Amino acid sequence: MLLAPQLVVISLFFFWPAGQALVQSLQQSDAFGMSVVWVGFENFQNLYKDESYAESFLTTGIFSLWVAVLGIGISLVLAYFADRVVRGALIYRTLLIWPYAVAPAVAGVVWLFLFSPSIGVVSYALNAMGFEWNALLNSRDAMALIVMAAVWKQLSYNFLFFLAGLQSIPKSLIEAAAIDGAGAWRRFWTIQFPLLSPTSFFLLVINVVYAFFDTFGIVDAATKGGPGKDTAILVYKVYFDGFKALDLGGSAAQSVVLMVIVVALTVVQFRFIEKKVNY
Amino acid sequence: MIERNRFLDWVSHGVLLLGVAVVAFPVYVTFVASTHTMQEVVQVPMPLLPGEHFLENYASALLGDRNGSGSTASVARMMGVSLVCALLIAFGKIAISLLSAFAIVYFKFPFRMAVFWMIFVTLMLPVEVRIGPTYKVVSDLGMLNSFAGLTLPLIASATATFLFRQFFMTVPDELVEAARIDGAGPMRFFKDVLVPLSVTSMAALFVIQFIYGWNQYLWPLLVTTNENMYPVVIGIKRMISGGDAQTEWNIVMATAMLAMVPPAMVVIGMQKWFVKGLVDTEK
Repeated sequence: MLLAPQLVVISLFFFWPAGQALVQSLQQSDAFGMSVVWVGFENFQNLYKDESYAESFLTTGIFSLWVAVLGIGISLVLAYFADRVVRGALIYRTLLIWPYAVAPAVAGVVWLFLFSPSIGVVSYALNAMGFEWNALLNSRDAMALIVMAAVWKQLSYNFLFFLAGLQSIPKSLIEAAAIDGAGAWRRFWTIQFPLLSPTSFFLLVINVVYAFFDTFGIVDAATKGGPGKDTAILVYKVYFDGFKALDLGGSAAQSVVLMVIVVALTVVQFRFIEKKVNY
Repeated sequence: MIERNRFLDWVSHGVLLLGVAVVAFPVYVTFVASTHTMQEVVQVPMPLLPGEHFLENYASALLGDRNGSGSTASVARMMGVSLVCALLIAFGKIAISLLSAFAIVYFKFPFRMAVFWMIFVTLMLPVEVRIGPTYKVVSDLGMLNSFAGLTLPLIASATATFLFRQFFMTVPDELVEAARIDGAGPMRFFKDVLVPLSVTSMAALFVIQFIYGWNQYLWPLLVTTNENMYPVVIGIKRMISGGDAQTEWNIVMATAMLAMVPPAMVVIGMQKWFVKGLVDTEK
């Protein structure tokens, strides 16, 4: 009886839709839903043949790679120094964590405003320095824009995990190394960095998942997948094909592909957590 | 501190200050833009010091009395919608997961493991992945443009259940036995022992879920077609009508500030639980 509320909610809004997605992915219907035809795996074959889908995959790959690498790199540097600082550590932490609270779409709007080709402050500065910047026309600029916005928003999350990881490393280890004459640089690479590897790996998975799924708001607000389709990540494409282009079958097939990716990522993560990389 | 190294100390503070500045810069510009008139904002380059139209812009955003080309709905109303949604999601999730975690940990019943796995798989798929079909279910149930439609599908995931399960398993058996000897039934035990024990976990989860709920974008974008039901995050998007000249950037930025403040306050005000919640839910 106690389970009833959760079971009702998840079966209604989780299993039923997920099942529907599977069924729909095998069907083809016209835009008004008047006729539905079973087409087997045709939707998947179409996806496989569809160049724009492959491109979208590539876009998502590049995007998540940048987000993960930049986000993890920058936050590791910040966390390392925050761990060193004794005075004011809490203030720095407070000042660095709040972007977590900013909605992706709001982050997208804010960055769009900063980098808007005609009125943005930063794009003005860039142009003044001699960089051509136009996120509306140049797809590289558009990609850079959403990567920056996504990294900015995810920074606090990575930062907190690295900081927690660094603080859980026993001080005695670092002291011992210092007595043996290892400098700060050497200590970081031989002690702290290897001991952080579980955290880093975990964050890598989380950041990829984040870049795949939670950045829809940023993309929609900042670039709308444009220019052309150059920043249309997979989730954006599911939304666009399903709700704007009304290709329900194709969209459902894409959902299924996404589900498989998430499940795979989750399995990787759990495998890893069970084993725990130890040194 | 392991060694005294003046130089590195300075570097540390320097890097951190730089980090804070970079992180804060976008929001500073947003704030500045929200205090100028529209003409001042669209000038190139826009002024970088706060202007004098703070009250005017915020009042105009909150009340919705303006005539731009984008959406002109009242932001106060939207913030209300966002708040209700975020609270419903936070409390709804905590309530149902508390109950089901209790059932899974303390009762032996047939299909216990099956139920456990059913809940477990929901962890894997975010709403974004199953938007199409979920939308259909919600519209079949007639829940478009309603709070139920906005929140229920987002409650349907199991993060919180796992956190509570993990926590309940650390509660010593002696407590259960003591409660039984004192003649407390299972519900009594739940109410008087487990719930008070898990208050910190609940606080931690509350912060995370509140932000999650407040920041939802894709889902509300689909289920709300009526301006009265826009959460503030959607509202902002609708105000940008395309074309830099027509968009009232000062109002948009004022709204963006308003949309950021409540979750930021929750994060900073409940920092301790926030950090705990973040670390616990993901492990």
